[in-house]
Amino acid sequence: MLETENLGKTYPTGDEALRDVSVTIDGREVVAMIGPSGAGKSTFVRCINRLVEPTTGRVLLDDRELTGLDDDELRNARREIGMVFQEYNLVERLTVMENVLSGRLGYVSNWAALRRNFPPEDVERAYELLELVGLDDMENKRVDELSGGQRQRVGIARAVVQEPKIVLADEPTSSLDPETSRDVMELLTDIAVERDVPVLINIHEVDLAERYADRILGLHDGELVFDGPTVELTEESKGVIYRGEEPPESATAVGTTDPTDAETTGRRAEPEPLSAED
Amino acid sequence: MATGSSTSTDRRTWRRPTAFRNRYTKWGVYGAVLALVVWSIASLRITPGRFLSGLGYGYELIESMLPPETGNENTLRLLDRMIETIAMAMVATVSGIAISLPVAFGAAGNLSPRPTYYLSRGIISVTRAIDGLIVAIIAVIALGFGPLAGIVAISFKTIGFFSKLFAEDLEDIDMGGVEAVRATGATRFQSVVYGVVPQVVPRFTGLAVYRWDINIRSSTIVGIVGAGGLGVLLQRAYSRYEYDYVAAILIAIILVVLVAEFVSAVVRRRVQ
Repeated sequence: MLETENLGKTYPTGDEALRDVSVTIDGREVVAMIGPSGAGKSTFVRCINRLVEPTTGRVLLDDRELTGLDDDELRNARREIGMVFQEYNLVERLTVMENVLSGRLGYVSNWAALRRNFPPEDVERAYELLELVGLDDMENKRVDELSGGQRQRVGIARAVVQEPKIVLADEPTSSLDPETSRDVMELLTDIAVERDVPVLINIHEVDLAERYADRILGLHDGELVFDGPTVELTEESKGVIYRGEEPPESATAVGTTDPTDAETTGRRAEPEPLSAED
Repeated sequence: MATGSSTSTDRRTWRRPTAFRNRYTKWGVYGAVLALVVWSIASLRITPGRFLSGLGYGYELIESMLPPETGNENTLRLLDRMIETIAMAMVATVSGIAISLPVAFGAAGNLSPRPTYYLSRGIISVTRAIDGLIVAIIAVIALGFGPLAGIVAISFKTIGFFSKLFAEDLEDIDMGGVEAVRATGATRFQSVVYGVVPQVVPRFTGLAVYRWDINIRSSTIVGIVGAGGLGVLLQRAYSRYEYDYVAAILIAIILVVLVAEFVSAVVRRRVQ
């Protein structure tokens, strides 16, 4: 179970990317976090495994507080969090197998890692996952020979081989064509069910989110403005998320400057209409 | 009619913007550079007459070089020094690169903390600032004549070159893979082994061979100041006016360097 309590992040430049986000994610839920570019989606996901250091609030995974862990403890905690990236973030010059097995690095010694000497059960697990994601017999291919969709499957296999307690996906479909995007989303939802693990997907394509997620989180200007089952996501709530329209229950105006989500802004065109301050 | 004449008189002109502030500055800078060259030639007292008489002496020199000395004993000594030259370059390349590696990682801004970064950059600047022959002279004074001094001098010069270029390659890597490996709970060492090393292996090989090729050239010359290799013979033959032997040594140097350059070019083409 993942919990965040009043999670906030202000970058050294003074941009407040995230403010007071409290969420609980449990079971085998597929949760999609949506919001316009620069809303803080990527920052939120990265604050969970502290690739980005949150400035306020707490993150708890199965009641263990991740914020405030020292380096060694953080490494151990990260073994239980799988992550899938927008640009796949694979090591292109390594083989598919090496990339998948890098998900087990937290469990082997430096020396074993250097010699690529992983325990047989890890290798077996890696083979099984390659079959699951549809990359059988590709283990010795170098990643730079693969297509975008195949690369993202390797990325997913690497995250799942960790046997994580939660899978985080940071814009996993943004670099893919629509059809491959759907395959990847299907794979992620299958994994939630099959591995009995929650999946948190940060995504800007609302149609994909609505189609595959059980639950939607809406982020606008660093604040959580929507949290509910997918069926409850109405046109009005989309207006709140994407255009910052006044939500009926809360009247807090958001007047701060645009927090720059360094990873996502400026890299691609947003299909969603953006509000004036964006 | 009125419109036709007005377009021809109002035609706009365009000139490529200059890199200098304006055209007067531009011609001023060109003039200054020219004046500097003229002054340099004048202050070194290079006159056409000296140049012409120099050509005459050059002709005499070449005549005394021919045919190159091929006496048995001298050729054997030459071969001996050739092997020493190549061995010096090999040892100096390996030891120089071994020292360069930690410096290069330290000097890569994306991988190392600030204090280490500045320390490593400092080491690189110092090793680059002093010319190889000066280092060789100091090494000869400290360690005595012979190849050891040459190895130390060439290793020292390797550090500045190799660390600087390799650090730049390290800074150019894609950090995404490194970040992902770190996110799985890998140690710092593991994320370097999996995320960084595979990306820089080809560049490393290319640079190492390139530096080996440069080191072969250096090790033919450091002997001039007594640091071993073919240069020792060259200096000795010169001071004894044995110009035919000088010619033989020069041919040997050119052969060694050409072979090294060829090997280096082939290897670098393969890995890149």
